[in-house]
Amino acid sequence: MGARAGPVSGPVGQAVLWLNDPLNWTNPGGILDRLGEHLGMSAAAVLLGCLVAWPVGLWLGHTGRGGGLVVLVSNVSLAIPTLALLTILPLTFLGFGRPAVVVALAVFAVPPLLANAYTGVRQADPEARDAARGMGFSGGQVLRRVELPLAVPYLAAGFRTATVQVVATAALASFVNGGGLGQIIRAGFGLDIAAGGGQIIAGGLLVAGLAVLAELLLALVERLVTPRHLRRVRRRAGSRAADAIAGG
Amino acid sequence: MSFRLSYRAEPDNPWFSWQYVRDNSDTILAALRDHASLTARAVLIAALVALPLAVAAHWFRPLAGPILALTGVLYTIPSLALFAFLAPYLGIGAVTVLSVVVLYALLVIVRNAVAGLRQVPPEVREAAEGMGYGRWGRLLRIELPLALPGILTGLRLATVSTVALVTVGVVVGRGGLGQLIFAGFQNNFYKAEIMTGTLLCVLLALALDLVLAGIGRAVTPWARGRAR
Repeated sequence: MGARAGPVSGPVGQAVLWLNDPLNWTNPGGILDRLGEHLGMSAAAVLLGCLVAWPVGLWLGHTGRGGGLVVLVSNVSLAIPTLALLTILPLTFLGFGRPAVVVALAVFAVPPLLANAYTGVRQADPEARDAARGMGFSGGQVLRRVELPLAVPYLAAGFRTATVQVVATAALASFVNGGGLGQIIRAGFGLDIAAGGGQIIAGGLLVAGLAVLAELLLALVERLVTPRHLRRVRRRAGSRAADAIAGG
Repeated sequence: MSFRLSYRAEPDNPWFSWQYVRDNSDTILAALRDHASLTARAVLIAALVALPLAVAAHWFRPLAGPILALTGVLYTIPSLALFAFLAPYLGIGAVTVLSVVVLYALLVIVRNAVAGLRQVPPEVREAAEGMGYGRWGRLLRIELPLALPGILTGLRLATVSTVALVTVGVVVGRGGLGQLIFAGFQNNFYKAEIMTGTLLCVLLALALDLVLAGIGRAVTPWARGRAR
């Protein structure tokens, strides 16, 4: 604080001050705790989403049916407010606590995963598919040994979109006291806005930083698993997939 | 307040109750109106800002990269974080909600409008040039009409996601129907209130989407025959 001339003023200054207090990191319910919760539920939600969406998307793509279904799922999920699912699911058989939050987040991970898995298989070169069939591959073998490897870049793109989406949405779990970094922002709003401004912005910085970090890391992963000659094509498909989701 | 307590005393907590809707029609309608007006204002403002941006990105190619990259980065910023950044400056209320929601709608519309403008075939553009159209004439009479389907797609996506996003406004006390959903959750998990808010939200998104689709059909009569 001493390095900066003049008093620390304004919400941003307060945010810096708040982030510089070690106790805000290590206290129970501090940043480290919240970060752990955030990452834990995001990882569980993405995993659950992958387990549901990838098999279905790959199979639909393999059979070539259900393109309309894929579009329908992403359109409908766009219209459902995250807040609604977060408040409704705990009142169902899932009960209060982590499972309901994870399922709610997973619901929003499904559309990009599904759409990209479907597209990934559909775009596989028909000649490669025919050649595999000619070599005597069964339908399952074609899917596993030809279409799946060719779909990997698409799966990675879907994974990135879904993960960033989930990490962003997980901040809303704080509305139902589900933990995560959003809790810091909510706690700040709980204080008076003049007093909590610093904490609100600090929480916002943490949430946004985590989302951007996830985006950058997974963009790198996506690049690594995409063969060089496919990269230009992929970028276009990726942006199309990103357009289909909302920052709810 | 007292009648609500009497509901709660009932052993069952149904997911939907006409009684609730009847008894609270004023509150529900006010929330719906607020939600619809926030959405309409946001999409309108976003469209007014986004279209010039898209045209600028279209005309001045060096601008296209930065504009699209900026929209991409903004898109990864979680909505709650954006609320957190703006609320300390803009305060609690409709202005903050509108600002956040406009930003996201802006991104969707800009991207789709740029994509729409890029899809105009170069032959058409050259033909227009050959017929003596200037830059503005070409834009208004040739390129924008041909980019309409892309622009309308952007508007529809933006509208539907805006309806969902407005609910996050509960964090600053102006979430429209989100206010209903959140109150239901805090109100001893009053399922009928939560469900009413949710259903109205989805229906509002659907209705606005249909209206925009209808407008789209009306203003692009040439696209109808081709679809058959």
